[in-house]
Amino acid sequence: MAPKPWVPYLLIAPAVLFLGALFLLPLVQTLVLSLQGEGGLSFANYARMLGDLNFADALRNTFLLTLVVVPVQIALALLMATMIARIGAGRDLVLWVWVIPLAISDLAAGLAWLAILQSTGYLNSVLFALGLLDGPTPWLTQETPVVLFIGIALAEIWRATAIVLVILVAGMQLIPKEFGEAAEVFGASPWQRFRRVTLPLLKPSIQSALILRTVLAFEVFAVVYALGGRNFPVLVGEAYVWQGENQNTGVAAAYAALIMLISMLATFVYLRVLRTPREQMA
Amino acid sequence: MNPAMTPVRRLLFWTLVAVLLLWVLLPIWLVAMGAFGGRAAVFQWPKSLLPASLSFDHMAAFLAVEGVANAFLNSVIAAAVTVVLSVALGAPAGYALARYAFRGADAFKLLVLLTRAFPLAILALPLAVGFIRIGLYDSPFGVALMHTVLALPFAVLVTQSLFMGIPRELEEAAWVFGCSPVQAFFRVVMPLALPGLAATAIFAFVISWNEVFAASVLTVRERTLTAYLLAVLSESPLHTRFAGGLLLILPSVLFVFAVRKWLFTVWGISGR
Amino acid sequence: MADILIDRVAKSFGAARALAEVSLQVADGEFVALLGPSGCGKTTLLRIVAGLETASGGRVVIGGRDVGALPPRARGIAMVFQNYAVFPHMTVADNIGFGLRMQKRPVEEVARQVGRAAEMLRISHLLDRWPARLSGGQRQRVAVARALAVQPAVLLMDEPLSNLDALLRLEMRADLKAVLREAGTTTLYVTHDQTEAMGLADRIAVMHGGVIEQIGAPGAIYARPATRFVGGFLGSPPMNFLLCSASGGRAAIGDFALAAPQDGAVMLGLRAEDAVPVGAAEGIPFDVRVVEPMGAHLLLTGAVGDQPLRAIAPPDAAIAPGARIGLRPDPARLSWFDPETGRRLEAA
Repeated sequence: MAPKPWVPYLLIAPAVLFLGALFLLPLVQTLVLSLQGEGGLSFANYARMLGDLNFADALRNTFLLTLVVVPVQIALALLMATMIARIGAGRDLVLWVWVIPLAISDLAAGLAWLAILQSTGYLNSVLFALGLLDGPTPWLTQETPVVLFIGIALAEIWRATAIVLVILVAGMQLIPKEFGEAAEVFGASPWQRFRRVTLPLLKPSIQSALILRTVLAFEVFAVVYALGGRNFPVLVGEAYVWQGENQNTGVAAAYAALIMLISMLATFVYLRVLRTPREQMA
Repeated sequence: MNPAMTPVRRLLFWTLVAVLLLWVLLPIWLVAMGAFGGRAAVFQWPKSLLPASLSFDHMAAFLAVEGVANAFLNSVIAAAVTVVLSVALGAPAGYALARYAFRGADAFKLLVLLTRAFPLAILALPLAVGFIRIGLYDSPFGVALMHTVLALPFAVLVTQSLFMGIPRELEEAAWVFGCSPVQAFFRVVMPLALPGLAATAIFAFVISWNEVFAASVLTVRERTLTAYLLAVLSESPLHTRFAGGLLLILPSVLFVFAVRKWLFTVWGISGR
Repeated sequence: MADILIDRVAKSFGAARALAEVSLQVADGEFVALLGPSGCGKTTLLRIVAGLETASGGRVVIGGRDVGALPPRARGIAMVFQNYAVFPHMTVADNIGFGLRMQKRPVEEVARQVGRAAEMLRISHLLDRWPARLSGGQRQRVAVARALAVQPAVLLMDEPLSNLDALLRLEMRADLKAVLREAGTTTLYVTHDQTEAMGLADRIAVMHGGVIEQIGAPGAIYARPATRFVGGFLGSPPMNFLLCSASGGRAAIGDFALAAPQDGAVMLGLRAEDAVPVGAAEGIPFDVRVVEPMGAHLLLTGAVGDQPLRAIAPPDAAIAPGARIGLRPDPARLSWFDPETGRRLEAA
């Protein structure tokens, strides 16, 4: 084909313009909004955010949740992915059921776990049947922060392990079977094979799963609201409240800017720490 | 199945498989019971795993609640527009990345990947300000624009690999045998890419259907289903919440079931 | 029907030169093979003729018409691709009729031409099948039938047989030759397989490093290679090259002397079948290291002095590894090259 050098630019132009207008521009606008004070540039919004009663709790809760949920998800997904590799018949069915939560909204996931954790819910019914409980007991309140935290973490793990699983299974499919077989021939145990062959070769997939999950974990919101309402403050939840109830976009934008900063730092750290040298690429 | 596994280990293995299956399915089953059981089931104590009475009345009652039908409709509109926009904008870009080596391709790809490093839904905050100005605030179309930001990078990356999987020679053969580039695309590339494009579209639909935060920030009256549920969460009875939860879960699970064959192609790529 | 004129066509990708002002003429109805190792520019040249690649300079004239500015569809060509490029979403019949349908020919004519092309390639029984259900050889036949159905002025083929296994390739080669002879289509055929080029082509253009090293009839190129590269690329085992020095019109190899075209350093090109094994004292002294019985002959690998050489011997010859024998060359079938330039030296 006689090359018309403008063709690819024409093809990407709509996407570029769109992302420019609705991704890059709002990114900048967030910063501008957060820095807008009464009379020009100021850190007033940040000061209000830092002085907010819920700020410290929200920051701590978000970090705690991320620190607990993401590693558990990676470990669980790794376990599931290696199990999938060993299932012969029924593999597709098991895999499909395991990835169902992928399709489920965080709000719906929160509601599903609400059915279990509410005071007359299934967890309490089981505890009651076991004689551990005298009657309906509320767990999702400020008086029971540990159970509330565990409940939210469980719901998040339940919902979002699927995406990690899919990324890892897709990554494992790229690893030639011969590597594992070669290791087996040279006498490696299953654990050694996993540790020395699968895991290192899976590093790029683990990296992208970590980035994706961590960024989304800092965004956690609907699961928390469905289960605990405002009993468990998180950063995005506070942004939502400042935007909606308090009608203060400036402080909401300050929260947003903080969340973006944290996400960017996390991505940067993952990219640095889990770097695969080019010459080791499979 | 590893033939070297002993019976005991095999039993353990399959027990673990079963436990994990149950772990995934049980909450869905329980929210469905809550949705179909109505008020009585929610406050039944202690609970049984099987429904005492199963009826669609409670679900129907939920659908009749004021605002629910409209919210459902808004969700469908937002998701449909998201599908159209993300495929219409993403597929050409994916094609360009797959077929042309051009200056700026890397920069464009970086822009697309950059979206990964940010919690995108947060961008709804500044967008709300802009949307009010141009009249897109409180409309499923405004929500769809925001949701397209979420779905577009995904559509670009998936269609890129989709088009890379269609041998260039097929297109060249079409050119040699009388097609213009546009004809070749629609007669040869498009039919072959169609199943993958459909999968991409469905995932875009699910992304929009499930999104809560941006939809809540960008609407007040014309709520999507997620935004509506979130807004009424604190004042609605439990069985209503469960009915809403189930209504959210069902379409997306069915959709993803329909394209399960593509799950790994699609997510595997976007996870790389 | 049309002739092809390739006039000083050049192509570079950035700083890398793929073709350096290549010129070639293909007469109406002629079959020319572009032969060379991978990366020699042969496929690039073919794709420039097809219009799938743009030349950096020069012109391509097909049937008297400069096609440089024309898209592939307007060049009156058909093409067979290395990986067949049979459309997977169309039946065999739809594949073969694709070009005709694009030309908006009447339905009956399309059907007639498809039937004729399918018959030529002996795939009439496959017309309703989907490509996914075909073997590689069958797909190849569909690709050729698709190209012939449009009755192109020029047929371009890019390594069409390279993805077939050896036996199928032999069969397809013979069929291809018969079909193309019957159709009388001007054909430009790219291959890296010298037996394919020798067997099929009226003329062969041997390419190397973006340059055509030699153009000629297969027999002529084989017998009188213009460069050391051509001699080494054609023939199996490849031509042997022995560096020797000549004085007084005689080149000495060990104790053996041959008439040389010039004095000083010269390189003898000797094909394995052009030398007869004789007693050690009667020919070029050859130390045999390995003996491989090939059925039709013995393949001998060894060295003359410290220069490697391959020779053949009758299947029943009693030659053991480690033996020193003599090789008596046929003086009429020797090639001499300038060791510096690699060009052929003609006897004075």
